[in-house]
Amino acid sequence: MAAMKKSFLLICRRAPYGQALAREALDVALTAATFDQQVALLFMGDGVLQLLKAQQPAAIAQKALDKQLAALPLYDVETIYVEADALQTLGLALSDLVLPAQPLSAAAIAEQIAAHDIVLGF
Amino acid sequence: MSAGAAKTAGFAKPANSPVSLTFALLVLGGVGSQSQISALNFTRAALGAGHRVLRVFFFSEGVMAGSAQNVPAPDTDAIAAQWSALAAAHQIDLVVCATSAVRRGVLDSGEANRYDRAITLQNGFEISGLGQWVEACLLADRTLTFG
Amino acid sequence: MGTLHIVSKSPFASSALADCLRVCGEATILLIEDGVNAAIADNKWIEPLKREGLTVYVLQADCEARGLSQRIDSEFTLTDYAGFVRLCCEHTPVISWY
Repeated sequence: MAAMKKSFLLICRRAPYGQALAREALDVALTAATFDQQVALLFMGDGVLQLLKAQQPAAIAQKALDKQLAALPLYDVETIYVEADALQTLGLALSDLVLPAQPLSAAAIAEQIAAHDIVLGF
Repeated sequence: MSAGAAKTAGFAKPANSPVSLTFALLVLGGVGSQSQISALNFTRAALGAGHRVLRVFFFSEGVMAGSAQNVPAPDTDAIAAQWSALAAAHQIDLVVCATSAVRRGVLDSGEANRYDRAITLQNGFEISGLGQWVEACLLADRTLTFG
Repeated sequence: MGTLHIVSKSPFASSALADCLRVCGEATILLIEDGVNAAIADNKWIEPLKREGLTVYVLQADCEARGLSQRIDSEFTLTDYAGFVRLCCEHTPVISWY
């Protein structure tokens, strides 16, 4: 089992803080990475907001998700995709995000989905 | 376009069965969510077709299915009991995510001791980490999420 | 093998189907649970579901539960849980939208 390696793509669609799933998806990504798996994350729709800089959730008694996401490279999770259409819809630029991210068109997303062994939607 | 008789695809098991696959299921919906029932029905159908369901991993709100405290509606079997029965008959691992579980009051004896709470985990389930889900993904031919 | 997309939420209540359709390209879609609502004849989601390259299945048990059996667009294929299992065997990866 130690030698087995699969490619995981996690698709994160939910806005941060409104529910726990964004943070829970991050736990899955980190665990897969510690098991030495190939992990990529795609933030699409509302999910791109998880990456927005300067989140300050203290008043709603939560830990900053952007800071947790910013730690992904420390776990060798460096392949971060964002849906180009979502950035445009929300008026965001790549420089607004806490991590370097590659924007993907819809067609490119379909290709990435097909190219991964395991695709988990959150 | 008209409504009415949509095409129905019957999938009777052929005489020479296709290859048996191994499934790993991730269940995220709470006990009020239909996703638990869909996952149970899918599991029964997969087993009926000769496939193996290696592990069902309960995560996020899905951990509630592992609580022995749930009292089902009259004339209904508790979700937890339905899973336990299937697991016992077919050697399926039922794993509840530790972090998600303690947050939602689903505790085995170890966690109950640690946090000075009552034991609430249904027999037949075990509490463990997300590593069990990752391992299941590696071992299975197909992974499927019910959310 | 192609990708199977399982959509379990109603398109009138959730962005799950819209998000799926935006990025799935040519694929097979299975509608289950409240997701079967998208297959109700003559609703605005029928046209997007019929675009070139998509094959749509609808879980019969969920249509029956909701009293929709006679209201599903006739071009979609109804399937049972055994068919659901077979679709998973015939496709990889399998991704859920909810």
